[in-house]
Amino acid sequence: MVMVNLILILLVGGVLALLSERLDENMPRKVALGVVVVDLLYFLNHLLAMPELNQLQAPLASDPSTWLMHFRADWIPAFGVSIELALDGISMLMVLLTLVLGAVAVSASWTDVTVRRGFFEANLLWTLAGVLGVFMALDLFLFFLFWEVMLIPMYFLIAIWGHENRGYAAMKFFIFTQASGLLMLVSILTLVAVNHSATGQWSFSYFALLNTPMAETTAHWLMVGFFIAFVVKLPVFPFHTWLPDAHTQAPTAGSVILAGILLKTGAYGLIRFAVPLFPDAAMDFSYVAMVLGAAGVVYGAVLAFAQTDFKRLIAYSSVSHMGFVLLGVYAWNELALQGAVMQMVAHGFSTAALFMIAGSLQERLHTRDMREMGGLWHYMPRMGAVAMFFVVASLGLPGLGNFVAEFLVLLGLFKVDPWMTAIAALGLITGAAYSLLLMQRSFQGEPNPKLADHGLIDFGGREMLTMAVMMVALIGLGIYPQPVLDLAQPVLQSLLEVTP
Amino acid sequence: MNANSLMALMPILMLSLTAVVLMIQASIKRDQSVAWFISALGFLLTLWGAGYAREFTQPVTVLLIVDDWGLFFTTLIVAAALVTLILSRDTFSTEGERKEEYYLLLVLSVLGAVVLIQSSHMVSLLLGMELMGVALYAMIAFPEKGQLPLEASIKYLVLSACASAMLLYGFALLYAATGDLSYGGIGLKAMLAYQQNPILLMSGTAMVLAGIGFKLSVVPFHMWTPDVYEGAPTPVTGFLATISKGAVFVALTRFFVEGQLYEYQSLMTALAAVAIASMLIGNWLALRQENIKRLLAYSSIAHFGYLLVVLIALSHEGAEAGLIRQAITFYLAAYILTTLAAFAVVACIAGEDESKNQIAAFDGLFWRRRIQASSLTVAMLSFAGIPLTAGFVGKFYVISVGIQSQLWWLLAALVIGSAIAIYYYLRIIFTMTKSAGTAASGQFRASTASQDVLAMLLLIMVLLLGSWPQPFIEFAGRL
Repeated sequence: MVMVNLILILLVGGVLALLSERLDENMPRKVALGVVVVDLLYFLNHLLAMPELNQLQAPLASDPSTWLMHFRADWIPAFGVSIELALDGISMLMVLLTLVLGAVAVSASWTDVTVRRGFFEANLLWTLAGVLGVFMALDLFLFFLFWEVMLIPMYFLIAIWGHENRGYAAMKFFIFTQASGLLMLVSILTLVAVNHSATGQWSFSYFALLNTPMAETTAHWLMVGFFIAFVVKLPVFPFHTWLPDAHTQAPTAGSVILAGILLKTGAYGLIRFAVPLFPDAAMDFSYVAMVLGAAGVVYGAVLAFAQTDFKRLIAYSSVSHMGFVLLGVYAWNELALQGAVMQMVAHGFSTAALFMIAGSLQERLHTRDMREMGGLWHYMPRMGAVAMFFVVASLGLPGLGNFVAEFLVLLGLFKVDPWMTAIAALGLITGAAYSLLLMQRSFQGEPNPKLADHGLIDFGGREMLTMAVMMVALIGLGIYPQPVLDLAQPVLQSLLEVTP
Repeated sequence: MNANSLMALMPILMLSLTAVVLMIQASIKRDQSVAWFISALGFLLTLWGAGYAREFTQPVTVLLIVDDWGLFFTTLIVAAALVTLILSRDTFSTEGERKEEYYLLLVLSVLGAVVLIQSSHMVSLLLGMELMGVALYAMIAFPEKGQLPLEASIKYLVLSACASAMLLYGFALLYAATGDLSYGGIGLKAMLAYQQNPILLMSGTAMVLAGIGFKLSVVPFHMWTPDVYEGAPTPVTGFLATISKGAVFVALTRFFVEGQLYEYQSLMTALAAVAIASMLIGNWLALRQENIKRLLAYSSIAHFGYLLVVLIALSHEGAEAGLIRQAITFYLAAYILTTLAAFAVVACIAGEDESKNQIAAFDGLFWRRRIQASSLTVAMLSFAGIPLTAGFVGKFYVISVGIQSQLWWLLAALVIGSAIAIYYYLRIIFTMTKSAGTAASGQFRASTASQDVLAMLLLIMVLLLGSWPQPFIEFAGRL
């Protein structure tokens, strides 16, 4: 029930935020923050009360009771659809990331959003509810439902509160995800039909569908259906073209959620569904996937280097960083997978923070063009220092989370394919180049005298607090990553056992 | 024919009675609100009649068959007629006097639709189709002031006549081939006739299917749809899209199943081509439409393409007839509900003003008419097949059935078509969310309480059917 409540709190909270606008214009953001924090505390409270957390065992795919939490209720028995939610180490990490970044997103929207605030915060909370559903659903019908439904509030966030080209960006985002989602739906239904002909049972449950016997070609096609849906979301070259538009046009809070959380649903889907459901097919396919991943790392980095738009640069850097996740997943050994999971968390924080900085700049300067910036450190030293921190985090400075993640991926990958590792490592060098360029063009250099007219205000208490949360998280991940690794390890171990 | 079979015909009797009463009323005192109430009462009685007739399901003569499946669609269609009636009152009450005939035509048209649904013989098929069609010609042209309705009506009349001629010629050929005109009889004798003279039988069936395809407006018989949709008064467009098309599809299903048309490979190939063309061309042409009624016309072409997939699935050996029937029931019900929701909003917001049927005229609706805008949004999401709406479960059925029968090409067309479709459905939603800074708040017609309640009701039903379909699935399984 805890998991259902987690989602319900956000759904109901969204309605409350919507209604609270009638009381006071500033009420929705307070309600939204309260709801997310309550949700987070509720979750932590339950986690800390669980004795299993200290001695994690590998969750067995055959036995839901070995998972940290499991919930099941009938929904549409005619199709064998149930409301089945479950939590293991990886989904727990993702849920925590979602809730923390959710609070960050509310904070980012604090002064950024000026119209229809109630509906904005409601959509924000509903998106978070959908994402939580994706991370916890283990019934494929339910998973698909959350996967699609979370798009709608996100679509509204971009289409209503986005920047100048919002209509185009929102549409592109929706069509890419929806169209690839349809392929996944066909795959899911075929998988269920195959399972039905083997067992005589209609079931969408993950536990029932694992180890479905099927012909080799069938498995290949179905795996491709899942793979495309997930890599579009991740996104991986050449399916990434929606991302720069959506991230650039979205309001700050929207970008934070998109980059911080929504991209991770793709990675999560690969780890949870695409590989374990079709282990043989996925292993046959791994070389193609790794090539795409390596290409994404380099291509994203090169394009990021060429951008003049602050947000677009960060967006392309996401393409590059997510390439590491794909490499990590398809290298399919413990080190690389650990790296992929670590990257999901670390990239979530570092990019969310960078987008928040971009949003603050846009709010103050009314532009995202780095050619019109320069020397901002002079005017806003606190923001400059914070930006410096996250830029070096993003380029993979040792001691911070992203370094651990990328290093683990490369280490794991080296055992599988040294050449691919060499190409991916290029991403670290180019990453340093574009990250420092970003810093140099906007915050350093000669102070641009025109900027002084904007009456630039440095980061205040709210912003610094939000940033501090993410800094602590990244430093923690960088210096003492063991707790996260311990959480993920049993899950990854049990996943590795399903493959030959 | 005995008393029992009369009981089974209760819905048809009730509708005929209503038509007679309406005619008598018009000869005594012409009053449009009285006519409205008589029609509404008549439809309610028909709903009761449809429930009553469930005790007496049986074939009535060779012409009609009364079964649970048909009675369910009778109920659905009469309920849709009630919605049309409510929308019509607001549309026509403002436009002068002497509109009683409209209600008479509406009742007659619904009568035709019910006959069509219960037909089991070529004769009743033609009777129902003509009764429904002829009444519709007049309904389309009813606002006599404008040019567009007249144009639409003539277009529909001429092309309908062509379709009927095709249908009749097809009947003649089928009769020549098999010596029978009842669906069941054709089904029994067709295989033998096919072995003797395949061309005769195939051309006969093809002509019948072409005649029916015209009414369903599947590609390549779709040319009339956008113009007629645009020209007709909005409630009549809604009628055409839901009742007329729904009834014809039910009749097609009966003919298809009883006549065992799925046995003929060449016919199935042709039908598959029609379905693929409908899904792709319908969705493709909808992309550039600026008028919301034309857009919905093209979208309905695509939706009947999806529905054809289910019929074609019957041809596969492993197909489960029960599941296919359920899929048709669900998809049609979802389509009718969603279309009603969409047209209810269009009729309420845009009325008969042509310029307000442009998509751009819906600018900022979200912030001015919350209920209407939410209803239209949900309708669009349901058309697009987003989970939690009725349209998703419908699409779910179509894909499942397609997978079971391994119709990979059709499924590919369905996926591509749906992907294209998202664009124009989203476009409407996006237009509604724009903050219309320039438009005055008086831009939209005020909605009455009954319109708001109707929009709300349809919205809830679309969501309910999508999020908790289990009771309806069980019900559809028993039909």
